[in-house]
Order: sequence, then C-alpha cells, then structure tokens
Amino acid sequence: MSPDTGIRARFKLDYSGFSLDVDLDLPGRGVTALFGHSGSGKTTLLRAVAGLEHAPGGTLSVNGDVWQDAATFRPTHQRPLGYVFQEASLFPHLDVRANLEFGQKRVPQAQRRVSLDQAVAMLDIGHLLGRKPARLSGGERQRVGIARALATSPRLLLMDEPLAALDFALKREILPYLERLHDELDIPVLYVSHAPDEVARLADHIVVMEGGRAVAAGPLTDTLARLDLPIRLGEDAGVVLDAVVAARDEEWHLAHMEFAGGRLWVRDHGLPVGHRARVRILARDVSLARAPTTGTSILNTLPAVVVDSVDDAHPALTLVKLRVGESPLLARLTRRSAHALELAPGRMVYVQIKAVALIG
Amino acid sequence: MLSDTDWSAIRLTLELAAVTTVLLLFIGTPIAWWLARTRSAWKGAVGAVVALPIVLPPTVIGFYLLVAMGPEGPVGRLTQTLGLGGLPFTFAGLVVASVFYSMPFVVQPIQNAFEAIGERPLETAATLRASPFDTFFSVVLPLARPGYLTAGVLGFAHTVGEFGVVLMIGGNIPDKTRVVSVQIYDHVEALEYAQAHWLAAGMMAFSFVVLLLLYTLNPTGRRA
Repeated sequence: MSPDTGIRARFKLDYSGFSLDVDLDLPGRGVTALFGHSGSGKTTLLRAVAGLEHAPGGTLSVNGDVWQDAATFRPTHQRPLGYVFQEASLFPHLDVRANLEFGQKRVPQAQRRVSLDQAVAMLDIGHLLGRKPARLSGGERQRVGIARALATSPRLLLMDEPLAALDFALKREILPYLERLHDELDIPVLYVSHAPDEVARLADHIVVMEGGRAVAAGPLTDTLARLDLPIRLGEDAGVVLDAVVAARDEEWHLAHMEFAGGRLWVRDHGLPVGHRARVRILARDVSLARAPTTGTSILNTLPAVVVDSVDDAHPALTLVKLRVGESPLLARLTRRSAHALELAPGRMVYVQIKAVALIG
Repeated sequence: MLSDTDWSAIRLTLELAAVTTVLLLFIGTPIAWWLARTRSAWKGAVGAVVALPIVLPPTVIGFYLLVAMGPEGPVGRLTQTLGLGGLPFTFAGLVVASVFYSMPFVVQPIQNAFEAIGERPLETAATLRASPFDTFFSVVLPLARPGYLTAGVLGFAHTVGEFGVVLMIGGNIPDKTRVVSVQIYDHVEALEYAQAHWLAAGMMAFSFVVLLLLYTLNPTGRRA
C-alpha cells in the first residue's frame, strides 16, 4: 500500500496497567472494524487517531495527509475527522439543527462536500430539526450524532461503538443507515465494536485487538477464516461471504445465493435477484461428511477441500479450515469425528451447513 | 420615612454590589475554570484561599486588606506609585475589598457548573472543529448558565449584606463609603429605631425576593 492511499497509524502509549502498541497500515477506503473485547485498547486507539488521547511519538497519516509525526501534532479540532461517540453526546442547549450546524459552519466553504440536506436525508432526521436533544429517542439521538459528524465532510469517520448503548430494536433501526453510509459515501470509516454480528455486517476490513496490540489485520473474509482467530471468537467463530441473489423459490420462500464457490439456500428476505448481500456461516453450524448424504433435513451440502485444522479451546474440539471453490469456510467438530473422517489437508469432503444467516 | 442620607446609602450600596458582581464574574471565571479543570497539587490550596471569606470574620479580612492597601502596604505603595492615591476610605477601596470578600460566592457556583459539564462536550466540540477558545464560548458558557445566574445573584446579595469589611476599609463617609448596613448601624446607635426599621426591613425584603427568584427560576443551580 503506498503511503498516500491509506491510513498509517503507529502509536505507543503507556498507562499504569495498560499499554497500547500498534503499527497499522489500513486501507484508505471502506469500513475497517477495530474489533476486540473491552479493555483490548480499541477505543484508546480510536481516541489516539482523533488526537483526543495524546500519544507522543506516534505517527498518523490519512491518505497522504500527516496528522501526527515526530514534528507535528495536529490537535483534534484541526483534524478533518468525524467522531461518533457511544452516547450521541449532542449539545443539550442546541436544537437538532443547531447541533448539525455546529460542526458544519466551522468547516471552510471550499472543503464542504457533504451538505446539511444530504446528511439530514441520509439519516432521515428532517422531521426532528426543531427539537431539543432531550426530546429525542435514543435511536434518533444517535442518528443526529452521525449526521452531525457527516456534515463536517470528514476525511475519516471514527465510530466508537455507536450501537452499544442501544437495545436490539434500536440497533436494527440504525444499522440500515450505517450500511447506507458505506454504500453512498466514499469516506473511510474506523468502526470500533465488540459485536461480531455488527462487524460481519458492516466491515470490509478488520483489525483484531487484544491487550493493546493488533493481533490480526486484513480483509474481513480472509481474516475471519484464519484458524488462529476463531478460538478467540468462541461461539462467534465463522466466515462471512459476499454473495448475490441468483434465484428465488416462491413456493418454499427461499433464496438461492451465489458466492465464489457455489450456491446456498437461505430464507427469502424479499431481496430482488441480482442484489448483493453478505452471508455468515458460523463454524458450529458446519458439519462434515465423507460422502454426500441423503435423507437429511440439511439443504446446503457442498463439496470442499480440507486446508488445515487446529485444536480448539476445549480439548474435545477441533477447528477445520476448508475451501469451497474460492471461498474459505470453518467447521467446528469433535476431535473424535475428525479422527474418524481421517481429515488431513487436501482431503475432499462434503460440508453440511445447518444455518446460513443473511446479513445486510 | 427614608431620609436623603438613607437614599444615598442605598444608591451607593447598589452601585458597589453591581460593580463588584460584574468584576467578580470576569475575575471568577478563569479561577473557576482552573479550579474545575486542573490536576495541579495547588488546587486544594487555591480553593481554600478562595473559600476563606466564608469562614473568617469580616474584620480579619478587612484588617489585612487595610494593611495591604495602607500607605506602607504593598498594594498601597503600588497605587501611590501609579498616582492613584490610597485606597482605604474610598469607593474603589470598597470595591477591591468586596471582590475578595464575595469571591467564594461567585467562584464556587461557576466552578460547580464547569465541573458538572465534564469532559465529553469539550471533546465533542473538538471533533466538530471548535478550538478550545471557541468551545468555551459556544459550549461551556451556555451550559454553565445556571451556575452564572447563581453566582451573580449570590455575589450581588452578599456584597449588599457586607458590614464588617466595609467598616474596616471604608469607614463611614456619607456619599462615599456609607452603605446601607453601616447606615442602619448609625441609626441604631442614635436610637432612631423607626429609620433603622425601614432600612432593615427593606434589606430583609430584598434578600428574600432575590433568593426566592434564584430558587424558583434556577432550581438546579442551588449549590452555593
């Protein structure tokens, strides 16, 4: 990656009981998830990128623009970023419109690329403009917070668990807006989250944080399929595949999703043929067979090749990495089953997929 | 009812309280900001000095201010060198003394208001391109408004009610330093109870109305 088309971030921070030490080359476009448990340093990293955490000696450049190096430290208000906090943090003394304008009017006219109307339309908050934050629901507040950040035409959007403070229903309300951002705006996003389902749905790239260090970084599909990470993910271990709706079966309300490696039946969510969507297959929902089985309730059976396997956290289990066409897949089996199937790299098997989740 | 000297004392009192309050809001703001934000080891000491007038007898403060402002005191020497003359027994001297005396009643509500705002709105403003200076005026001051209302009212009312410091610094010069509280004292000494009543009852009514307004208009800013 050349230095002027990416986010280069190197930070070292030492607090008592916690240190952050990362050296990252992130893509300058798309959504990069900073994923990890609480205390893994993902929020500290995000705050260092924003300049809210003073990290002397760090370096940070965003698509060729140096925000921080040995000689420079641009304070937060001189970094062209948008920041969405976990709680919307709207200014209580200003109504929604004034909150939106607060950032925008401080951006020079020539640098404005996102208009207020655009931000309002994208988050669908036109009917809230005259209200004070105290009279908004949690989901509405967060939408205003996101629109306010967008209205500054940021060159980098930082989101710190924007959905974590919301309940399940509100999360479902906001997620489509976040997907829209992803699809309609060409602004790179760093998205902090500890929720695998959000990451699977929104991210193109992922950085897995642990103990203040980045233990893995790369494109989402490849990184999730790495064998050394699923152990850390536990029950959430699995892969995310990009797919297209290839056909719909009206009689049984199923959709046939085509991915690089085959087709999968999923429940029909009404997406039109040709629509791109992601599917997520958890390792625990995949079982293996030496031959295609008949007389089973499982709809999705695909031929695959064993790539590798590794011991799982529990001594009874093993994780197997497979390849279905060009796509990776993970299966979680007992070691006894793996032994009985004589699994070894290169062996042909059939994967039986019990559940496929359509996301986004 | 009220004599001309009474009216003169009332006018002087209001003038003194108004000037003192305005000065204190300006002087108190940076002090309150520093006290609210600093992690310095000096925070406790500075906070204690600001709060001293709450616990000290006014005569103690008056005495030291008199010494400092007198011809041999550091402040007195400075004012004389600057050609301003001496401060004791002048209106300006009363203002200086009142600023010290009423300081905690202005600084503390503002400091509480600043502390209640917390870090987040400042960080949010920074991510929205507002410089620290900009943030202070566009976010901090509006959010601290209840604290300022409390500070202004308490500072004003407290200055109106001061007696000991005035007597030590200002003496009792009609039209120059004789405020209402001193005038009441004079009336009582001269056994003019009726006139003392008019002024004393007026002070009672004034203080009651001020506090009533404060507590009803500003229920959240009650911490003094």
